[in-house]
Amino acid sequence: MNPSTAKTWDEFMEGVWRQNPTFVMILGMCPTLAVTVSVVNALSMGVSTALVLIASCGLVSMMRNVTPKEVRIAVYIVIIATFVTVVDYAIQAISLALYDALGAFIQLIVVNCIILGRAEAHAAKNPPLPAMINAAGMGIGFTIGLLSLGVVREILGAGTLFGVSLFGASFQPWVIMVLPPGGFFVLGAWLLFFSWLERRKLRRQPGKQSGKPAEATQNA
Amino acid sequence: MHESAFQIFVNALLANNFVLAMFLGLCPFLGVSGKLDTAFPMGVATTFVMLVASLCAYGLNLLLSAFHLEFLRLISYIVIIASSVQLVEMVLKKYSPALFRALGIYLPLITTNCAVLGVALFQTAREYDFVQSVTFSIGGGAGFTLALVLMASVRERLQLSNVPDLAQGTALSLMLAGILSLSFMGFAGLGG
Amino acid sequence: MSTPETPSEQKIIPIAVAGAKPPAPPASPTAAMIRTLGLVSSICGLIIVGAYQGTYDAVAANKRIATERAVFKVIPAAKSIAEYVALPGGGIEPRVGAGDTPVAPGAVKFFAAYDEGGKLAGIAAEGGAKGYADTVRIMFGYSPDCQCVIGIGVVAMRETPGIGDKILTDRNFLANFNDLDVKLKGDLAALANEVKTVKHGTKANPWQIDAIAGATITSRAVGKAINDSAQALLPRLVPNLDKLRSKS
Repeated sequence: MNPSTAKTWDEFMEGVWRQNPTFVMILGMCPTLAVTVSVVNALSMGVSTALVLIASCGLVSMMRNVTPKEVRIAVYIVIIATFVTVVDYAIQAISLALYDALGAFIQLIVVNCIILGRAEAHAAKNPPLPAMINAAGMGIGFTIGLLSLGVVREILGAGTLFGVSLFGASFQPWVIMVLPPGGFFVLGAWLLFFSWLERRKLRRQPGKQSGKPAEATQNA
Repeated sequence: MHESAFQIFVNALLANNFVLAMFLGLCPFLGVSGKLDTAFPMGVATTFVMLVASLCAYGLNLLLSAFHLEFLRLISYIVIIASSVQLVEMVLKKYSPALFRALGIYLPLITTNCAVLGVALFQTAREYDFVQSVTFSIGGGAGFTLALVLMASVRERLQLSNVPDLAQGTALSLMLAGILSLSFMGFAGLGG
Repeated sequence: MSTPETPSEQKIIPIAVAGAKPPAPPASPTAAMIRTLGLVSSICGLIIVGAYQGTYDAVAANKRIATERAVFKVIPAAKSIAEYVALPGGGIEPRVGAGDTPVAPGAVKFFAAYDEGGKLAGIAAEGGAKGYADTVRIMFGYSPDCQCVIGIGVVAMRETPGIGDKILTDRNFLANFNDLDVKLKGDLAALANEVKTVKHGTKANPWQIDAIAGATITSRAVGKAINDSAQALLPRLVPNLDKLRSKS
């Protein structure tokens, strides 16, 4: 791979794994726990957020040279809100049932810290194409996070995957999984799992630096 | 809808707690709930912004509906919220600099708090009238503060306990939040 | 940004300090800020309006299809529907305006369903009430001949899977709505008997609904939704039924 392709790939993968919004940066928690009751919902939310991310970062990047720093947050917010509105209407046009299932969380994409964070940290300082590639990586990372919760919660809580029953009629669903506490528990479990993986890797290579940075704590 | 103000308040506070049941306001909930003395002021500041946002959203919605400009709803809500937070920041800076410093970066982050925009969006979707909207926002803010304070108290205590290294940090907070959420499910039906 | 407070402090600060920070960039002129905000607003405004117009027809079609499906479900004999509003002062009129434009305050929307021959097969209306998690919205079918509810369908709900969502499938619960009494009082001002959800197994009257065991809150929401809607609609609808008897 020549250097520029490698750099592009690097930018892309950064959002998917090393700086995964859900498991590393602990951002965008509200939709992650709220809509991951089923895989279809999780996937739709992930794709919607990714689209808004890419479009917003693209436009922010295109306007980065004419945006005075005092008004930049206002500009970012307006741009993000615009694309969220577009996605909102698009989903209504595609499927009202999906729109009802996702509810207010479509419009709440606008306050998803991931998007504003990316715009401020990356899109405002880079040309459009790299900004959009990085945004795509972040979006996919977020979708992976959502899916990992959605799959677990749907299988355990409803016995189905994509609405297709897996265990037959006699399966007693673990209902708590599709209720609010279940969301917290499943995400906590995933974080524990990744933490354990991290420890194992560190133990096996005590001298080397781990590939995945330690969990960035947001705690004050 | 014919919910009474009392029902709405109790529901937003307990049975449908904004954080533990509706998943709004999670980022600050997991971020600021480390210490009790920052958790409570943060809750109060957020409640105030929620109230202001609710009032503005109600007025904005009337205005936009009158001109059939419903598609501008989201943008106008979020711009109003961002402005309200700026206002609160300036007021705090002037009248209570200590509090302003204590809240630090988390004050401007109230803009991206799902709970604030959530109040505006939910009250619009449920077509609440003025009194219902105000009680909804106050109840929601109180619920947010309650969850925050509960979480902070437990976490402060846990700092002195023997928690396995593996679970330190956000994983622990999430498990705690799950247990809190589970216990709040016991309030179901309280609001009638 | 730290600017010295008094002139005396200004003199004390050394003029050239090794490693001093470069002077902060000049604040942007107001004109630039306004220009950018104006530019962003215009671009975003165009995008939003474009998206709204582009999806308008598709969204309206989706909503119409969903409504029709709900009405046909609760009034099986229906082949076509016409939308009406019941006005606050009494009286009914056909609804003008498309899809989502809100009705005047106090007015109640309903659908007149006509069978193949163009005769009134029933009336359908929506109702909503707070359930366990959020609003439960239902569509119910009303038959003028028996003055009763003849069926319900759930339009939107967010109730607990496996518990609250039994209102969709529990046959005994749904049987409540095959002939739920919603007769009006003699003076036609309100329902003769309030529609009420009672504890599972204690239904004694045709205007009561037997709740699902273990799903009381959601069952009660359905009852309340029907009651509130019927109380608002029927006193205005029943005196004007003759206007709706055949498709206009």
